[in-house]
Amino acid sequence: MLRKTAHCAIGAFGALAAFFVATGAFAEGPADPWPGLVADIFQNRAIGAADGAITLEAPARAEDAAIVPMTMRFSDPTQIKVATLVIDQNPMPMAAAFTLGETAGVGFIETRVRVNSYSNVHAVAETRSATLRADAKFVKASGGCSAPAVKDQDEALANVGKMKYREFKSADPAKREAQIMIRHPNASGMQMDPVTRAYLPAHFIDSVEVWRGDALVFKMEGGISLSEDPAFRFSYAPNGAKTMRVEAHDNKGGVYKGEWPIGEAS
Amino acid sequence: MSLPSESQSQKNAAPSQVATPCMKQETLLLDSILRCALALVAVAAPLAVARAAAPFSLREIAPGVYAHQGQTSLMSRENLGDIANLGAIVGDEAVAVIDTGGSLIEGRAFLAALREKTQKPIRYVINTHAHPDHTFGNGAFVETGAVFVGHKNLPRALAARGDYYLAAFRAQMGDALDGVTIVAPTLTVDQSLTLDLGGRKLLLQAWRTAHSECDLTILDENSGVLFAGDLLFLQHVPVVDGSLLGFLDIADRLASIPARQVVAGHGPMPAPWPKALDDERAYLSRLTADLRAAIKKGESVAAAAKEAGAEERGKWRLFDDYNARNATAGFAELEWEAP
Repeated sequence: MLRKTAHCAIGAFGALAAFFVATGAFAEGPADPWPGLVADIFQNRAIGAADGAITLEAPARAEDAAIVPMTMRFSDPTQIKVATLVIDQNPMPMAAAFTLGETAGVGFIETRVRVNSYSNVHAVAETRSATLRADAKFVKASGGCSAPAVKDQDEALANVGKMKYREFKSADPAKREAQIMIRHPNASGMQMDPVTRAYLPAHFIDSVEVWRGDALVFKMEGGISLSEDPAFRFSYAPNGAKTMRVEAHDNKGGVYKGEWPIGEAS
Repeated sequence: MSLPSESQSQKNAAPSQVATPCMKQETLLLDSILRCALALVAVAAPLAVARAAAPFSLREIAPGVYAHQGQTSLMSRENLGDIANLGAIVGDEAVAVIDTGGSLIEGRAFLAALREKTQKPIRYVINTHAHPDHTFGNGAFVETGAVFVGHKNLPRALAARGDYYLAAFRAQMGDALDGVTIVAPTLTVDQSLTLDLGGRKLLLQAWRTAHSECDLTILDENSGVLFAGDLLFLQHVPVVDGSLLGFLDIADRLASIPARQVVAGHGPMPAPWPKALDDERAYLSRLTADLRAAIKKGESVAAAAKEAGAEERGKWRLFDDYNARNATAGFAELEWEAP
């Protein structure tokens, strides 16, 4: 569904491209899906330049197509309402949308995504004044036999729902850094089993809420473009809460919960 | 073969079965492979003609054991995907083929070269794992009637990755990918399986996730030659597409296989056994130690991927193509063991 408008755009572009191909003046390449994605994900709202409000850090090349680190940084966390990560050329481009807690002070979110082919990646911030700002990076596809697939399907299913919480040293007591990790195949489905001829069902995490005490740090809504074993590393402003609490849901109704004591700042 | 090359190929193939002076036989062989390859290519991919002209080398490394050494390179339009080592083992009654190459063109050249060595029926085509450089030639062997054999996880690995591989390598190899189809095994190996070729037994062993989630090794008990698939890399930096810890563990356990020499998935062949494992174990150990240290320090995956394993750079080819990838996947795996 997300690709619907992208297809519409190809008609007009296609005729033009055909002309250039025929005259040998145009290198072949897929149509830019971004305008269609802006329509589907952001209802065609105007998107301004990032101007530092949001910065996307992405590798120039996807080393492992299944695990490509992406970091979104926010210059003023109090001004960011939602940060959305879009892998333009993926089958399901909307990788994750993070709604940030109003007082959470999230300075950055790092996660890992699948990158199927050469693609622009967009990080779009919706500010609290309801404007959209975007940063983008071009990521080259990985080479070799790297595929955006689950590494070990048995292992992934055996451990589904296990969670891990990590804390990192921080020099600034007003800024803490932590990471949430959730075991999950986050599998796309869509492939046919050659023996049974049945389609493998999709099985992925579609929401994750992270709370410090009773205050939201962020809520993530995502899909199959997130890597298996979704991981989120982030900074936040401590609020005196003693625990970090996580609740994750997957598309098959699985609910996974975890709670950990927040350590001393060091 | 049902293509126009059939008569040419048959005509030229015949003399190779009778005793002829070595030089002459070689010339005939080369000539027929060339004609066969060219004719096939002309039908399958006209633009690839010039690039397919190199003869397909298939060397007898032990009595009845043939092997082909692929280039240490990434798959490309120019090399037709010919980057992996391939093999064939000939028993009294039948032949087993081990991996088929990185394109239909290469698979057909391999089959033609093998037919110059033996006319015995090809009973089995064994895939050591799912990767394109080892399986994209499968289609060339379908019409031989061979049974395709693989790890119990191979069918699902091909299901999960096959379409992606076809699309990704079309971009990388262009028309050299023409005709490639995904052919899954119908005989799968859960733990181990013995195949009898007549007076010659092959021991197939399925391993837990290491290089990939479907690694299979083949030991020819007569000659003591082990085909290790991509559980062994020589000179070509090891590639981790399954589990770094699993790979380390299996590399240790492989050493107890009673083989005399080994054909690695990539690199010089045959190589002495088990000494051939030394470099790979050193690399995997170094990478694991570096990643554990980076995780302990709280580094990000992106930063760790740039540094981990760097000390090994000078010892391997294609290091910059694969090391950061191994480090990235290894980081995500090892992070789960951190406190």
